[in-house]
Amino acid sequence: MAYSDASDRLPTAVKLLVAGGFGVGKTTFVGSVSEIEPLTTEELITEASIGIDSLDGVSGKSTTTVAFDFGRISLNPGLVLYLFGTPGQDRFWFMWDELSTGALGAVVLADTRRLEACFAAVDFFERRGIKFVVAVNEFDGAFRYDTEEIRTALELKPHIPVTLCNARDPRSATSVLVTLIRHLLAATMDDISQPI
Amino acid sequence: MNSADDETWLDGDSGRLVRLYAVTNGRTSPTTKLDLMSMVVATGSRANGVLKPDHMQLLGLCQRPASVAEIAARLRLPAVITKVLLSDLVDCGAVRTAPPTVAGDAAGDRILLERLLDGLQRRL
Repeated sequence: MAYSDASDRLPTAVKLLVAGGFGVGKTTFVGSVSEIEPLTTEELITEASIGIDSLDGVSGKSTTTVAFDFGRISLNPGLVLYLFGTPGQDRFWFMWDELSTGALGAVVLADTRRLEACFAAVDFFERRGIKFVVAVNEFDGAFRYDTEEIRTALELKPHIPVTLCNARDPRSATSVLVTLIRHLLAATMDDISQPI
Repeated sequence: MNSADDETWLDGDSGRLVRLYAVTNGRTSPTTKLDLMSMVVATGSRANGVLKPDHMQLLGLCQRPASVAEIAARLRLPAVITKVLLSDLVDCGAVRTAPPTVAGDAAGDRILLERLLDGLQRRL
């Protein structure tokens, strides 16, 4: 058995998030880049995981089961990338904290017909300091905006990449992931050159 | 258990939970720290102790390295139950685990990100 030797290292697992409003194409995006049919798992989420900036007046602890879809890309034998789609319903926003723990970064998918649907995700990642890129899923028949118009509408900082994509196209969706990783790499350069 | 609790346990939704938690004898806290991204793999060594059918099924899914999330999804069990069963297998030596990658120092992150970039670009 390949992994019977205790000295064999297990692959490194990396988590990226795919966020955005309901119906924006998150599951499609995950499915088009995943090497497996997207899987669904359920996790019990406690409201206690909201964190220190939780709403006052939340009394007690309640638990809810949240299901989320994810896909996998084995980049090489030692490196596996998991893409988790965040639940689109806003009422589940509090569990993003738990889902985002350990995530290297995020893709915020946007639909120009309902740009406001991704405000919650942009706001959440900004406040949590999770680095992200915005990918505009170009639906057929949707009005085309250029990326600068979208940047302005979402009040994004200049360094945050905004890109166009077709979530159904594996190559296009993979390009979005490449943009995200480059963005994350650029951020580590900043960290090294500007120690705070 | 008072009557109010009885009603809770017999509630339509939790009917399924009763059966699921019976899988773990009511345990909801795994003895090994695992999260959705923890990687696990069968060690190949014979387990100490008697394994239940659920454990055997789980062990079958661990023949190749996989994440807790993936195993939970394939077993169609909630992650919390899967973690308890997996920690049983870790305890008896049939499965080993590695902690998930967490953001560390900038240099280490850079190496990881470069490996990711390289891997993704090969798929374009």
